[in-house]
Amino acid sequence: MSADLFEFLCRMGDNTLILGHRVSEWCGHSPVLEEDIALANTALDLIGQTQLWLGLAGEVEGQGRSADDLAFLRDAWDFRNVLLVELPNGDFGQTLMRQFLFDAWQELMLGALKESSDARVAEIAEKASKEVAYHVERSGDTVIGLGDGTEESHQRMQAALDYLYPYVGEMFESDAVDAAMAKAGIAPDPASLRDAYDARLAQVMAEATLSIPDDRFAHAGGRTGRMHTEHLGHILSTMQWLQRAYPGATW
Amino acid sequence: MQPRVDEIWDWLDQVPDPEIPVISLVDLGIIRDVEWQGDTLQVTVTPTYSGCPATSVINFEIEKALRDHGIEKLELKRQLSPAWTTDWLTEKGREKLEDYGIAPPSPTKGPERCPHCGGTHLERISEFGSTPCKAQWRCKDCLEPFDYFKCI
Ligand SMILES: [Zn+2]
Repeated sequence: MSADLFEFLCRMGDNTLILGHRVSEWCGHSPVLEEDIALANTALDLIGQTQLWLGLAGEVEGQGRSADDLAFLRDAWDFRNVLLVELPNGDFGQTLMRQFLFDAWQELMLGALKESSDARVAEIAEKASKEVAYHVERSGDTVIGLGDGTEESHQRMQAALDYLYPYVGEMFESDAVDAAMAKAGIAPDPASLRDAYDARLAQVMAEATLSIPDDRFAHAGGRTGRMHTEHLGHILSTMQWLQRAYPGATW
Repeated sequence: MQPRVDEIWDWLDQVPDPEIPVISLVDLGIIRDVEWQGDTLQVTVTPTYSGCPATSVINFEIEKALRDHGIEKLELKRQLSPAWTTDWLTEKGREKLEDYGIAPPSPTKGPERCPHCGGTHLERISEFGSTPCKAQWRCKDCLEPFDYFKCI
């Protein structure tokens, strides 16, 4: 059980770590100051949540690894994030589309985790879900604003949705780890969240005048560690550089 | 002799929040408990936002203040649940925020009035502000922007 729980916690923490890092790449580059600040704050929340998830993962593993050890000293094949969060930022619209697709999933996941049979998991979910409520409100509003905006912004948002949608399915895949979590009452079967997610997506995309692709094909392999995209290694080389070059360096 | 717990609360009420120094850590509502465990003082602190960079500074400031008052054995405990809520801001803290130009949180999901002129014609600029706990608003009466301490 503790190996499965460790795996589950790495999946949660690696999602927020990699997305948090990606979003932080916008710092100082956003189209307007308010959006720059909003993206930086979102990244900060995600990194904070990472400390909680990976901190607990290290505790459960019992090998003395801290959240920092897990973040900075594992290589690409040990990461368990979904592929969606490691995809490049693209333009501002693509970044916000990716954020909404993830936020809407995370909101449902955390909502279910608040009822987890593991009190430590429930506590983290309670804390994080308050933050995510603001993330999803903003990313959803921005997707609507840009989708139902100018001809140019509409086209770009449709292109972003077409590019990212094949990465949505992976968030709802289930394997033996998920079955063990569901059986123990620790976490829901991700597949059980899909209907609520689809309803939310349909509502927001309709308001944004965007069409959801029909094809349900899903790229996968990130959350099981089978195969990441080429982008993850590049993220890690930036993120882990300091600890690799100067092992044990502290602030 | 051990200092009394209410005395220690008073000391902590002198420690300013590192990001909004007009209010104290006690005003912010993040000190959840102060308790003697034998000869060790245990202070329970809850984070505002999980990624708030002020968290480690806050712990440092608590430790420094209590050591300055002669506390030797000290343990800081992090508590996640119940999660911090802006309902825990003290009344004194809310007044100080408004005097400082930050609109205090309001259950209506937006500021009640402009902290500068008291005007009520307000618009939201952004859900996110200079720190995780604030949003940016603008007053249409005096045309000044201001921070709103958002509800969580
Ligand atoms: Zn005003």
